[in-house]
Amino acid sequence: MSMLQVSVYRYNPETDSAPYMQEFQVDTQGRDVMVLNVLAMIKEQDSSMAYRRSCREGVCGSDGMNMNGKNGLACITPLSEVVKGGKLTLRPLPGLPVIRDLVVDMALFYKQYERIQPYLQNDTPEPAIERLQSPEDRDKLDGLYECILCACCSTSCPSFWWNPDKFVGPAGLLQAYRFLADSRDEATSERLAELEDPFSVFRCRGIMNCVAVCPKGLNPTRAIGKIREMLLANAT
Amino acid sequence: MVTNITNFGRSGLSDWLIQRASAVILALYTLFMVGYLLLHPNLDYATWSGLFGSTWMRIFSLLAFVSMAAHAWIGLWTVTTDYLKPTAIRIAVQAVIILAIFVFLVWGVQVLWGA
Repeated sequence: MSMLQVSVYRYNPETDSAPYMQEFQVDTQGRDVMVLNVLAMIKEQDSSMAYRRSCREGVCGSDGMNMNGKNGLACITPLSEVVKGGKLTLRPLPGLPVIRDLVVDMALFYKQYERIQPYLQNDTPEPAIERLQSPEDRDKLDGLYECILCACCSTSCPSFWWNPDKFVGPAGLLQAYRFLADSRDEATSERLAELEDPFSVFRCRGIMNCVAVCPKGLNPTRAIGKIREMLLANAT
Repeated sequence: MVTNITNFGRSGLSDWLIQRASAVILALYTLFMVGYLLLHPNLDYATWSGLFGSTWMRIFSLLAFVSMAAHAWIGLWTVTTDYLKPTAIRIAVQAVIILAIFVFLVWGVQVLWGA
């Protein structure tokens, strides 16, 4: 028997007046399982436990949560990476309204994503086969298109906590740059005009929490720097 | 696009650039001041007054004061929009900050060119 003590954030707005932490003892049988497996064992003990999950292999981005103080995907985070002193504390992603237990309301996060118009804009009539792009131009999109919108980065960002309605957040800005950098996109100046205010991009203080937590190893801070460079080049 | 009317330059990009340029000027002014005081251990009134009587020092000092004013406005405006959520309190604090910056700036000019 190798018991792991897990402390989980519980909140059911229909029955609880306030959120509370519930303690569970989980038998991992000494195996270095993923945090998501631990949640499945907890659900066997208490079926009212609510959390999101889908692909269980770090592709869908459903199970972003705060594990021992750091955001990440429960499905690809082994216990050996997060557990300290035999204890594991699980909380929902910080800064977003909690719907129930570890399930948060992502509406504001998606609203900011929608704002940057995350689709290719090109009014030139399509060529017969496809819009061609040089290998060099395609390379510019590496490190940008891989984002799975798990919200680990934006919900670890204090600037997003204080102004989630105005600051686009690291996830949205990474995607904003993905389309600014795309040689096939023709809306560059319109996109930049939407971003030059004091909040959308410039509320980023460069503390790089986003880079530290991204489960896909992406670098939103670098993308934000590139957006600033484009804004500066465009306006000076 | 988020609209703002109380930030310094009415644009995040201009605020961002001014914040960096003013930081460089303030750093140079600080280095100069510290260096000057270290090189003049027995500083008397005549030398100190003579330093600020020269035109280049007045230009440098006024540049530093204006940089300080812009830097403080941009920085403190950011703090108020992060932490003060009720509109009435936020506008009141911003007004006090801007008024204080204006007073210090005029006062600084008076000190530089006065007496």
